Amino acid sequence: MTKLLTAFRLFLAAALSSLALGAHAQLSIEITGAGATRFPVIIPIFENEGRLPQSVTDVVRANLERSGLFNLVDMGPLPMPESVMPDLAAVRARGADAVLTGSLIPMADGRYEVRFRLFDAQKQLELGAMALPMSPAQNRIVGHRIADFVFEKLTGLPGYFATRVAYVIKSGPNFELQVADADGMNAATALRSREPIISPAWSPDGQSLAYVSFEQKKPIVYVHTLATGQRRVIANFKGSNSAPTWSPDGNQLAVVLTKDGQSQLYVINADGSGVRRLAQSSGIDTEPFWGSDGHIYFTSDRGGSPQIYRIPAAGGSAQRVTFDGNYNVSPRLSFDGKLLAFITRNAGRFQVAVQDLATRQTTILTDSARDESPSFAPSGRMILYATDSGGRGVLSAVSTDGRIRQRLTVQAADVREPAWGPQIR
Amino acid sequence: MKKLVLPALIALTLAACSSTGTDTAGASVEDRGAGVATVTAPGMSGSGIAALTDPNNILSKRSVFFDFDSYVIKPEGRPLIEAHARFLVQNPEMRMLVQGNTDERGSREYNLALGQKRADVVKQALMLLGAREAQIESVSLGEEKPRCDDRTETCYAENRRGDMLYSGEF
Repeated sequence: MTKLLTAFRLFLAAALSSLALGAHAQLSIEITGAGATRFPVIIPIFENEGRLPQSVTDVVRANLERSGLFNLVDMGPLPMPESVMPDLAAVRARGADAVLTGSLIPMADGRYEVRFRLFDAQKQLELGAMALPMSPAQNRIVGHRIADFVFEKLTGLPGYFATRVAYVIKSGPNFELQVADADGMNAATALRSREPIISPAWSPDGQSLAYVSFEQKKPIVYVHTLATGQRRVIANFKGSNSAPTWSPDGNQLAVVLTKDGQSQLYVINADGSGVRRLAQSSGIDTEPFWGSDGHIYFTSDRGGSPQIYRIPAAGGSAQRVTFDGNYNVSPRLSFDGKLLAFITRNAGRFQVAVQDLATRQTTILTDSARDESPSFAPSGRMILYATDSGGRGVLSAVSTDGRIRQRLTVQAADVREPAWGPQIR
Repeated sequence: MKKLVLPALIALTLAACSSTGTDTAGASVEDRGAGVATVTAPGMSGSGIAALTDPNNILSKRSVFFDFDSYVIKPEGRPLIEAHARFLVQNPEMRMLVQGNTDERGSREYNLALGQKRADVVKQALMLLGAREAQIESVSLGEEKPRCDDRTETCYAENRRGDMLYSGEF
């Protein structure tokens, strides 16, 4: 399973700002393990694609390959135009079960219309077709959309290639909160600080991040609008302010405050007004995650050891969710509300685990020792998390069945605190 | 104990409770890429107070240490707590920030909560010795500000600590 089936690297071309991390802050992605059965698919170059400065089908292929679910079969250098019925017998002869045909049709305004069709070579069916307008420079975003289309048609799962991830890089004494496309490209720094930044959390609209910054020598919760750089303090009470999580409608956040004693859960409006206590316990309550099921999942040591509990977001009584082991922390609910990812301590090693909430079955997905901060991809299939490789912080992703693995690294820097952004439709 | 002369104005609003909804001034937007504007967080100035940094004075020492998974001040930390409590009693204008810290093992946010327990223990000890609640804010830095970066028990022990900072030092 962990056998290296394929490896490729993507280096981002985006020039980062010259200060601090600039030269080292390249995020590269490597597949370290892939699904046992990968769907064989052929994606030839699109007709007229050579007119673009950068390839669009390269982006589609790289996305699908990185998902770990597809095996890209080569069919030679010739395009298969969208208007022509492909030779599905030839596709099958190559060992592929599906083929994507496509063409770029020049438009009067200098843009192109990208038309593409997906065929099931076994059943000899057309699975769907789509047309998207694009300017010549939009190869990446259009490539993500096409990859989403192929992924959804062939897996039945929502595509997630057009999403973004946030993470924190530490290099020497410098911290940077960065945002990159889910394929590691287009990394940009949202916040640069000499003090730690932790716990980034995406707003449901994907426009803002809430996070904890220590720039005032204590933890304070900010909401940061990415496009403008505008930052707002939303929780700076006496004591510590931390662990923000957004409500699904984006109007409120749950946070952890110590203004009334130990770390406890509060709900606050997204503008920082209207703070109110969500729960009371005699111990620590922290790491809330506001699930799509209307519950807030959190870590509490009220029973003696840190375990995961949940409470209705409107308030009510808490219910314990994890029972195995004596250290279960950092809960994250999948977007469909069916799976809970968390970190469990297993014989002294901190590992990513997932619990099927319906059956209560828990599976440990990793064999590493220092896993932290799990975060679901919007499809619910991949879990991004921070771990350690050779004493350095790296990001890894693992599928919820443990079969697919990827690693994201930044040269000469520690990467930590990943948060996978929402799907924006 | 040596008499200390205090600066006249130490009026940092340490315990200013809720500052909500304020846009942070001083943060600069530098460049843009991929629809993300880059901001640099403003730093703190931090001017020390000479008397508190005299290496011959116990008050220059600021850290008390904790055992693994423990939130009890060890006996060797008592004299330091007592000295700082006396200082706070004798200088009621003085404000203190107690920062709790943990070693790096485990969840960052859970460690932040554990560091808060250590900071609270230091604050309570100071208050039992006469310091006023309004003088002290206890916060946590969790595992984020290790004094020692190695993954050894010696290092971990150095990182499990509470630090006492005075107005102007944070």
